[in-house]
Amino acid sequence: MGMDLRKPIGILFLVYGLILIVYGLANPHPVLGLNVNAIWGVVLALFGTFMLGLSMRSTSSRR
Amino acid sequence: MRAVHVELIDILIIALYGVVVLGIGFALRGRMQNSGEFLLAGRHIPAWTAGLAFLSANLGAQEMIGMAASGAKYGILTSHFYWVGAIPAMVFVGVFMMPFYYGSRARSVPEYLKLRFDEKTRAFNALTFAVMTVFSSGISMYAMGALLSLLLGWNIHACIIVSAVVVLAYIALGGLTSAIYNEVLQFFLIVFGFAPVVYLGLREIGGWEGLKARVPETFVHSWTGMARPDTNPLGVEWFGLLMGLGFVLSFGYWCTDFLVVQRAMAADSMNAARRTPLIAAVPKMLFPFLVIVPGIIALGLTLHPAGGAAPLLPQAPSGGYDYNMALPMMMSRYYPAGLLGLGLTALLASFMSGMAGNVTAFNTVWTYDLYQSYLVRGASDSHYLYVGRLTTVVGTLISVATAYAAMRFNNIMDMLQLVFSFVNAPLFATFLLGMFWRRTTGHGAFSGLVSGTLAAAGHYELTGVAGGGSLLGKIAVLHVYPSDMAQNFWGAIWAWTVCFVVTILVSLASSPKPQEDLKGLVFGLTPKPSDAALAWYQRPAILGILVLLGTAALNLVFW
Repeated sequence: MGMDLRKPIGILFLVYGLILIVYGLANPHPVLGLNVNAIWGVVLALFGTFMLGLSMRSTSSRR
Repeated sequence: MRAVHVELIDILIIALYGVVVLGIGFALRGRMQNSGEFLLAGRHIPAWTAGLAFLSANLGAQEMIGMAASGAKYGILTSHFYWVGAIPAMVFVGVFMMPFYYGSRARSVPEYLKLRFDEKTRAFNALTFAVMTVFSSGISMYAMGALLSLLLGWNIHACIIVSAVVVLAYIALGGLTSAIYNEVLQFFLIVFGFAPVVYLGLREIGGWEGLKARVPETFVHSWTGMARPDTNPLGVEWFGLLMGLGFVLSFGYWCTDFLVVQRAMAADSMNAARRTPLIAAVPKMLFPFLVIVPGIIALGLTLHPAGGAAPLLPQAPSGGYDYNMALPMMMSRYYPAGLLGLGLTALLASFMSGMAGNVTAFNTVWTYDLYQSYLVRGASDSHYLYVGRLTTVVGTLISVATAYAAMRFNNIMDMLQLVFSFVNAPLFATFLLGMFWRRTTGHGAFSGLVSGTLAAAGHYELTGVAGGGSLLGKIAVLHVYPSDMAQNFWGAIWAWTVCFVVTILVSLASSPKPQEDLKGLVFGLTPKPSDAALAWYQRPAILGILVLLGTAALNLVFW
């Protein structure tokens, strides 16, 4: 198998998360008292990191 | 009307998605060396990837928008389309039918019919399926373009053309593998893009208890009103629901529609193919919380607006509320610039996954079942690879043309979808008999399918709906149903029964295929896949039981 799908998914979600964190902190726009951009950005970044972690772990165990 | 304002940051988020989607297509382009790679993903997709793609291919934008709309219109009763109308069939196809689909090495569902029955049964299924897929992808393309232009003020032509070109590019480059990989990405985008709506909606409205206080009692119970058609908003009773939706329509779609079955057939082993629909069933079981609950919240905020705000749902021109705006209005209520980009990306992703599902299924059926079988036989494989790529272009062009036709002639499209529903209704009877009764013959299957389709059309022609109009002229109205849904479910029950009986009678009157020709195709003549040596979470039967128990528990919680 040529390509590990978890890698592009992980990268995209990590980048999305970072964009939302930076944008949310720079332009706070609270919804129901929450900075939803920054909070959801953290969730996306964590998910992206998790996918990248899975991908790297399987690459290193194959070696 | 422009309900939503898009800022630069949102465009950036949408554009990044476009880059990754096309990037996946480019990365896979070198692997497309033969038609099997392009049209069947070389049968090397792991179970979890195939499972999420199986679910995602069904999650078109119309599904997302439509299920939220139904949530606002019918409440939690919409969950019947998941817990009754999907999960049992998904378990059945994985545990019982996949051994024959995957084990036969057929490249498509119509090809299975050819192996099991004969050429005419395959031709009937392949032709109707091919026409249906390009048309429905065109209709959903139009629906998406119309929604985006309404919401964002974007040009509808640009929406249709740009999204068609993106889907065309990533499939023409990377074939079915590219479609499947992108469907997995799209699945995660859909989940992460819509989840904040649910959380923020429930937070504003005071949780499930607060929601219950704002909507009618029948909207928060899935079974309490199902004894009679007049005590629930669907207008259908439990028997029509269980047999029509839960058995005939649901099994007819999930167990025989090549659009979804193709994902499982691309799996890398028999065990992975069997687990594909079961893995898909787990998120499917939970999807009502993601798509239906926002619709119910939208209704709550319309009937009892929070803090002196205007009702959330706009009025429809024909009276009543414009339910299709439920999900978009919820997004525009809670999503600031930034998160909004993610939400719009999720909408686009669901649209593309649905369209890519149609295009890849059309490619395979056209290339193998129609072109290779009836037009040009025995050419080299590279010829069929070329035809597959060309079919992607032609299929997309026909879809775009259909989208424009839908824009001009809305009624014709509704009529076509009605005719398609006649063809689909009897299908599961043919597959059930074909797979589990070795005496079933090709003549039996073909005459059953044709008479079942005619029975569905006849049922429609002879019955009416209380207070409703009709797309086609009626011959006579012998029975009046309380709702469209009741008519639809009961029509399916009639079509299935006619197909079942006719197939048996004609099979008994004609001579069956010799048993050695049926090895691998029929129950009893196919070695059972042994999974005794596997861990519990790899055994389809155990996974299936767990999924069914979970679904039963959800039904009880929302009874």
